[in-house]
Amino acid sequence: MMAGLIINIFLLALLVLIAVMVLRSSRLYAVIVMSGAYSLTSAAMFVNLDAVDVAFTEAAVGAGISTVLFLAAMAYVPADEKPSQNRNLLAGLICVGAGALLLLAVFNLPTLGDPMAPVHQHVAPRYLAESGSALQIPNVVTTVLASYRGFDTLGETIVVFTAGLGVLMLLAGFTRTVRVTPVSSKTASAKKLAGRSKKSSATPKGSKA
Amino acid sequence: MKQNPVFRVVAKILFAPIIMFGLYVQFHGDFGPGGGFQAGVIIAAAFILHALVFGLEAGRKVITARVNLWMMALGVTTYGAVGIASMARGGLFLDYTALTGSVVSGQHIGIILVEFGVGLTVTSVMLSLFHAFAGFVEDRAK
Repeated sequence: MMAGLIINIFLLALLVLIAVMVLRSSRLYAVIVMSGAYSLTSAAMFVNLDAVDVAFTEAAVGAGISTVLFLAAMAYVPADEKPSQNRNLLAGLICVGAGALLLLAVFNLPTLGDPMAPVHQHVAPRYLAESGSALQIPNVVTTVLASYRGFDTLGETIVVFTAGLGVLMLLAGFTRTVRVTPVSSKTASAKKLAGRSKKSSATPKGSKA
Repeated sequence: MKQNPVFRVVAKILFAPIIMFGLYVQFHGDFGPGGGFQAGVIIAAAFILHALVFGLEAGRKVITARVNLWMMALGVTTYGAVGIASMARGGLFLDYTALTGSVVSGQHIGIILVEFGVGLTVTSVMLSLFHAFAGFVEDRAK
């Protein structure tokens, strides 16, 4: 119990430290690596909270793939953040106010792991009771995710699918392509218009994309 | 990174075990931590490692953009098809118990199939995101 508390305080302090470092750094490569470290630290915290499934996802997605994708995306942007001159007082006040309200709300939350908390009184007891005995699937997280909440997960999968399609359309040229052959500028612009009305892009396709 | 022998050797050694671990996470999700999302990301990581070390062109030859697109769609379709199959067997949409008629086997089969669909979609989406981001500049330069 005591050890868990010490580990939590250490990890939370580390999270705050990394967050401040991310805010203060203007070198984007460093920011990407630090946000990976942030994810890994949160994953460690989730393990400490016995949420191994969440920790697993955080480590794989947050610390792993996201970092690689960000690094790949760095090819399009300069390595340094543009220094911003304007300090907006109103925006700062709104941020501080919203933060204060959120902190205030924390005091109304049930304590961590309280079995009488509303979230543990609704459908969770049924899931916990049924999953192991009636369904014979020991990992309740999986049964909730894939069976009890199958609709949500279907929606999530569709969101991932749609996001992938969106990026492919924007970056890899997976649109219906109209090949523009070098003709006089008049016909080219006319073709472009025609292509647009068919909802297809008129840019020539990248080699193999 | 193509020239460095350390990277090449390590990537070759790690490639298969990473995929094995991904498959373990995929199909052991009912009993331990993990499931389709995590497994998909892990398997994609193996292919991304391959592409990082041996070059994007080599990576794109292993799983082409078209295959990726089909896998993405097939994953979502698998998920939806399980739902429709359970409707066809007289249950509700995504009511896995109707698949075999018994709670235990129906739920097991349904969850494994659904997680497989999630894993397939996540793997191919992650991979094509990486291919798209990493290849954008190269494609433009050509």
